[in-house]
Amino acid sequence: MYCSLQSNVFWLLNPKPSAKIPKFRSRRLETTKSMPQAERPEHILAGAVQYSKSERDCKKMKFAVKAWSKSGRARVGLLQLSSTSNSFGQGGPPAKEIEIETPALLLTTRKGLPAFISPDHLSSLPSPDSRLLQFSPMHFMEGPNSKTISTIGGVHQLLGLHDYGFFAVPRDSILSLPECSSSNKNGASFETPCGRFLVKPVEYMKMISSMKPDLYVSLADEVHASVTVKRNKASVDRTIRWLDDCISLKPTDGALFGSIVGGCSIEERQHCAQEVAKRNVAGYYIGGFGLGDSVDERSTLLHAVTDLLPKEKPRQVCGLGLPEEILQGIAAGIDLFDSMYIYHLTLGGFALIFPLDGNCKHVFNPQLSAMASDGTKINLKATIYRKDASRIVDGCNCYTCQNHTKAYINHLLNVHEMLAQILLEIHNTHHYLSFFRLIREAITEGKFEEFRQKFIEKRRDHLLAASFSTCDLQTPVRSRA
Amino acid sequence: MMALRFEVLGRFNRARAARLTLPHFTCETPLFMPVGTQGTIKGLTTPQLEEIGCQIILGNTYHLALRPTSELIDELGGLHKFMNWPRALLTDSGGFQMVSLLHLADITEEGVTFQSPVDGKPMLLTPEESIQIQNRIGADIIMALDDVVKTTITGPRIEEAMYRTLRWIDRCIAAHKRPTEQNLFGIVQGGLDPVLRDICVQGLVERNLPGYAIGGLAGGEDKDSFWRVVAQCTASLPESKPRYVMGVGYPLDIVVCSALGADMYDCVYPTRTARFGTALVPEGVLKLKHQSMAEDTRPIDSTCECMVCKKYTRAYLHCLVTKDAMGSQLLSYHNLYYMMQLSRNLHSSIIQGKFPEFVCDFLRKMFPRGDVPEWVCNAMEVAGIDISSCCTPFNSKVNLHTLSK
Repeated sequence: MYCSLQSNVFWLLNPKPSAKIPKFRSRRLETTKSMPQAERPEHILAGAVQYSKSERDCKKMKFAVKAWSKSGRARVGLLQLSSTSNSFGQGGPPAKEIEIETPALLLTTRKGLPAFISPDHLSSLPSPDSRLLQFSPMHFMEGPNSKTISTIGGVHQLLGLHDYGFFAVPRDSILSLPECSSSNKNGASFETPCGRFLVKPVEYMKMISSMKPDLYVSLADEVHASVTVKRNKASVDRTIRWLDDCISLKPTDGALFGSIVGGCSIEERQHCAQEVAKRNVAGYYIGGFGLGDSVDERSTLLHAVTDLLPKEKPRQVCGLGLPEEILQGIAAGIDLFDSMYIYHLTLGGFALIFPLDGNCKHVFNPQLSAMASDGTKINLKATIYRKDASRIVDGCNCYTCQNHTKAYINHLLNVHEMLAQILLEIHNTHHYLSFFRLIREAITEGKFEEFRQKFIEKRRDHLLAASFSTCDLQTPVRSRA
Repeated sequence: MMALRFEVLGRFNRARAARLTLPHFTCETPLFMPVGTQGTIKGLTTPQLEEIGCQIILGNTYHLALRPTSELIDELGGLHKFMNWPRALLTDSGGFQMVSLLHLADITEEGVTFQSPVDGKPMLLTPEESIQIQNRIGADIIMALDDVVKTTITGPRIEEAMYRTLRWIDRCIAAHKRPTEQNLFGIVQGGLDPVLRDICVQGLVERNLPGYAIGGLAGGEDKDSFWRVVAQCTASLPESKPRYVMGVGYPLDIVVCSALGADMYDCVYPTRTARFGTALVPEGVLKLKHQSMAEDTRPIDSTCECMVCKKYTRAYLHCLVTKDAMGSQLLSYHNLYYMMQLSRNLHSSIIQGKFPEFVCDFLRKMFPRGDVPEWVCNAMEVAGIDISSCCTPFNSKVNLHTLSK
């Protein structure tokens, strides 16, 4: 499972939940400032363990960096989620242990389950890659109330997915959109299908207590890129204050990620990052992206934040979904991503086909019109697929490719049958998870920057783009939907 | 040589449990066939349908002929291969859909004339054409094109339709190119008139078909007329061949028809009602959309072994149904599981000689106050099943009648 490392490195992480406390205490590393780039050797392991607050906790999160890229920012890590269970004998949930390598993709859900992939099919996706599910507590505004969710036993029980890691993030791009104009000093406002809600820290933490996710993000005031300087500053102040509220209201279970905002202002971002880094949190959520900000400025802002954060704690970002954006985020040192990309592709009838290794299995066919394929994805509604009895991607091990043809999916799309979306979400998720796996391999082999450049070039090959000069990898890429 | 074998393994009076061997699958009857209108059961995958226990799935010829067309299906190896369904398939003739879906459909001796929904051109579906389309699709069982008339209509049209159905069956038989791989079932018509029904049964039986369907029902007629037609047909159709009541339906109807000697059923009801948030339960139905479900932490049915009932509460399903595709999927899964479990219970209880106990148990759960409908009591009497223990004497009008005479 772990990629072979070239230098003789070791790591101190003991995977067993009942492990003895390793020598490196997290406290010491928390105060270590980040090393300047030049001094950081390649492939060093920062062995660090971050336990969630109380040793009495049922749920534990551990994270450790395993390998670094040449630039010293992108990294491969190992995230461990475990839960011991005191109530298993009395009908409670069983203990679980999830070990997942980062950078990793959090699967997007609606009310905790994927939009189309039912639980029995979910388990056929690559594991443990597919074991992290993201949801917003606001999904349940039109669902069972907190008391009922508590009675049922929390989200794992509610969704019948005990072996999965649940990550609660207030913001979600389908069902819980931040509505910054309605947020105020008391709480953050979200637009949901059943109305707009102002959520205060105490209410938010009440939801978290009843839902008991493995990981959750503190309530943040994420603002649109176009807000005034004053509003942006207020969002930082509120976010820090709400983080402190969340910390003091913290339930005994689950790992808290501190939210960092600051919009498009480098200074505000840095200020927020410094403040949050002082708090005792298990990881960091970098919010405010994908809300009207430009991709060009994003790298600078991301670097400004990640340079100030402790290396050994995981970082998550929301709203960077396209492959180039993911690569951009990873280059800045982000470990966890959610993505709406799969959902939008699936709804549109698209299937991902971009090559997953050096041996390009999908031959780019210049005769295929742009309507049908662009080298990244194919539009299965296109009539050329009517009689195509081949699978979406030759060699893909997902349920869809192993069992169905392009012709069948084309038919399902034409007659508006739900099975089309189910099959597409399965394939697209599988494909995107493989993309993440490739990235991790590239980082471990010290080839991440080359991988990124090659990937972007291949994407550009299919565009009628003007010629470009040598790609400066620090400059973010203009991505195309 | 027929592409079908039907062996009765057990009986209780008229009810029978059998093994139905088809080219793609060996089935156990009585059985319910889910409807996969356009080459898919809404929102469910092949492994899920196998897990639930589906044996035969129905495809609608009318819809498939429109999209993706029977020629394309044929070119790609038949419907089994196209949808990757390894078990049995049944296609209907296309006639019923045309008559019910198309405003300007009309029936003549030639066939069904209609306006193409694609380009408005006048088109004609003849018995020959229907069979050719079904030959291309490749299902294990194909249905003859019949002249189907609503049972709520009266008058000479019913007689006309019945005789035409008999004339058309000969044209269907002549046009059928794959009798060793596909079984052509004839359909008994004749409205609610026992004389007409009898003539039709005799006519079809003379043609020695692999199986027979009872058509023209489940269209709004009263239940009392419905069961009598089924009873009459099952009494006169051959013992050794399967009997398929088209368009049925509700679990109660299936239990009654099975008691009367029918073997196969199809209906869109379980999957359609799932999409409206209604779950099938032993007590009847559970409307998950209802506000009372919002904080109910019980499963849909505590006696159900399906994945949905093992994992999810009514409260969670309440927030999904009618709003999220997943709600529709999970409820369809449960409802079909319920229907398959009903089929399995019918089959096994007949074989084990416990059919009356099963029927009584079923009726007690559905009518806990003993208010079993009169038509059910009447039908069960004809079927020779004693359900007096499920009915309160007050409601058992049949018994009162005979007593007072």
